[in-house]
Amino acid sequence: MSETKTYLEIRNLHASTEDTPILKGVDLTIAQGETHALMGPNGSGKSTLANVIMGHPAYEVTDGEILFRGQNLLELEPEERARLGVFLAFQYPVAIPGVSVAKFLKSAHDATHGDNKLKPAEFLKELRENIKYLEVDDSFINRYLNDGFSGGEKKRMEILQMLTLKPRFAVMDETDSGLDIDALQVVAKGVNKLAGADFGLLVITHYERILRYIHPDHLHVLIDGKIVHSGGSDLVKKLEEKGYDWVRQEFGEEVLVG
Amino acid sequence: MSTESTAILDDYKYGFYTDIESDAVPKGLNEDVIAIISAKKGEPEWMLEWRLKAYRWWLKKTPPKWAHLHYPPIDYQDICYYSAPKKKSDNPDEIDADLEATFEKLGVPLHERNRLAGVAVDAVFDSVSVATTHREMLAEKGVIFCSISEAIRDYPELVKKYLGTVVPYTDNYYASLNSAVFTDGSFCYIPKGVRCPVELSTYFRINALDTGQFERTLIVAEESSYVSYLEGCTAPARDRNQLHAAVVELIALDNAQIKYATVQNWYAGDKDGKGGIYNFVTKRGHCRGKKSKISWTQVEAGAAITWKYPSVILEGDGSTGEFYSVAVTTNKMQADTGTKMIHIGNNTKSTIVSKGISAGQSVNSYRGLVQVLPDAFNCRNYSNCDSMLIGPNCSANTFPYIESENSTAVIEHEATTSRVSEDQIFYLKSRGLSEEDAISMVVNGFAREVFKQLPLEFSVEAIRLLEMKLEGSIG
Ligand SMILES: Nc1ncnc2c1ncn2[C@@H]1O[C@H](COP(=O)(O)OP(=O)(O)OP(=O)(O)O)[C@@H](O)[C@H]1O
Ligand SMILES: [Mg+2]
Repeated sequence: MSETKTYLEIRNLHASTEDTPILKGVDLTIAQGETHALMGPNGSGKSTLANVIMGHPAYEVTDGEILFRGQNLLELEPEERARLGVFLAFQYPVAIPGVSVAKFLKSAHDATHGDNKLKPAEFLKELRENIKYLEVDDSFINRYLNDGFSGGEKKRMEILQMLTLKPRFAVMDETDSGLDIDALQVVAKGVNKLAGADFGLLVITHYERILRYIHPDHLHVLIDGKIVHSGGSDLVKKLEEKGYDWVRQEFGEEVLVG
Repeated sequence: MSTESTAILDDYKYGFYTDIESDAVPKGLNEDVIAIISAKKGEPEWMLEWRLKAYRWWLKKTPPKWAHLHYPPIDYQDICYYSAPKKKSDNPDEIDADLEATFEKLGVPLHERNRLAGVAVDAVFDSVSVATTHREMLAEKGVIFCSISEAIRDYPELVKKYLGTVVPYTDNYYASLNSAVFTDGSFCYIPKGVRCPVELSTYFRINALDTGQFERTLIVAEESSYVSYLEGCTAPARDRNQLHAAVVELIALDNAQIKYATVQNWYAGDKDGKGGIYNFVTKRGHCRGKKSKISWTQVEAGAAITWKYPSVILEGDGSTGEFYSVAVTTNKMQADTGTKMIHIGNNTKSTIVSKGISAGQSVNSYRGLVQVLPDAFNCRNYSNCDSMLIGPNCSANTFPYIESENSTAVIEHEATTSRVSEDQIFYLKSRGLSEEDAISMVVNGFAREVFKQLPLEFSVEAIRLLEMKLEGSIG
């Protein structure tokens, strides 16, 4: 594979928290324009991987590397990663009381768009369009960030942020969990608006249904901190039918013990 | 925490010392010292007598022990009670260049040519007021704004009528001490029907070593008048503690309104808790007239120890008292602060919004009292006291007392404690915000309601002050 095409490259990634190893050698390569899905049982390390890609300070990378467009992400602070165009839609977004969605989004947009900051009026116009596109209520932008938001509203908020920041590579950590069917379609719409040649996506999910809207090029199964199996869309069906035990038996004898 | 941000945290940019010759009374406290202070200020006999009465009262008292504060006993004989910069020029209207430069450096220009538009400033250096700006313009409106020492000399009747009527010298230990030895502070008098055209402001600077600052401020708003007043303070960084025991009295007559804001940034000691100012302050407003209103807004960001409860006595029917506070403690600072709202008149209203932010190993306590007397009908109070903790080693306490003796009162109290989490900061950083911007966003969101109360340019200043204080304290 030529160096230029590789978008995100994770090699032999080991990470632990409080001296407990969680990621035990993850290898994952995502090429420009591709969408990958990551599945795996609860506690297998999916969110940990997402957090490590973004640079969460609770995790220590003990081995391996993460390259994004040739740059070593592990040397960078989370905000520097964001400015390179890396985005994480959180599984559990936190609330920031007293900070309005509009103010937050403007600050985040300014922070990630260095020389291409928008004037407040232009920004607001774009924000209104995105809000409309995502079928979010107008009053949203004056509410405090995630403060008192319902589970579904928080997830829509993550997608609104993603549309606002226009990242080059995004990880969506269970953005589909707990969404009704309408909200799910909205999430898919948001993703499809960004999708294109200059975008890469890693979708973490437990359910096949989101993959019907966002068609992944590849699917990986993470068990006990390792990607034990990868495949195409047919793999999704098999997983739904047979569960993770099947993967464990087929591909992961060594992880059975632990 | 990076070493760079720790360095910023320790950097108190107002910690410099002005090397200036001073005229000081030897350390120690007795009736002679009080007589010397009074004589230096050219005070009338009645003033000295009042001071001496206060002193004799104070001698019989012991310091209050109920606050959630810990500090060694203060040796009152080891403090200098009067220190004034020596004047180089004989012209009373001329400000010494060194002093002017000091205040300039503190961001408080005194000279006509670059003084702040829209703000009249009284600048107090150690024990004396060195300059008051915008006087002529205020005089045209009949507004009196001068140092309390001048007021005692030039407007003795007004001072005599109001001084000590809100905070009597018998009020508490520190107020008694202040009444005995107070040196300078501001006096404002707004005549009937006048809306003061500029913000009035006093800047307090402690410079001399081992000197206590005992300021006394008195603001009187006559019927249907309005004034907005701001107070700022700093001191050099020293490893010995210094005492600041102030008394502020506000009096609002019928339909008058007084807004009093403080941005307190006294030196807070170093990160091990060495040095810093003991800030023991009695501030009280008296809504004496019908439908009068007094609002306290405070941003308490400095001082090693803060003991302060700006209060309002709501005597006039339909009067309103407000208290908006942000208190930030870092390192080993201790704050015990809050308010008292005393409802005496009918239909009186009070609002309390307190936001405590503690970081490092600091201790931050809110202490408040809402009291409704038996004859006060239809009173309302709303209190909201939130605490935010940054890091695992600090603590926050809330002591709300409610004493309602009239069943028509409606009293609401809300309190929360939250922690700025690593996850909040990470969330904001993952959206491109730097660590500093992330912290300031969380903190500003938390203290939003209070900052909203400050005049715009001061709220910007106050927000920056908080950011500076809290840099490097997460993680
Ligand atoms: N900050 C942390 N401190 C302690 N343990 C952690 C931390 N983060 C993750 N873990 C542990 O690491 C393991 C992997 O957690 P992770 O959140 O990555 O799982 P996941 O695959 O996302 O699970 P789910 O499907 O339930 O979201 C779990 O056992 C979890 O308890
Ligand atoms: Mg997870």
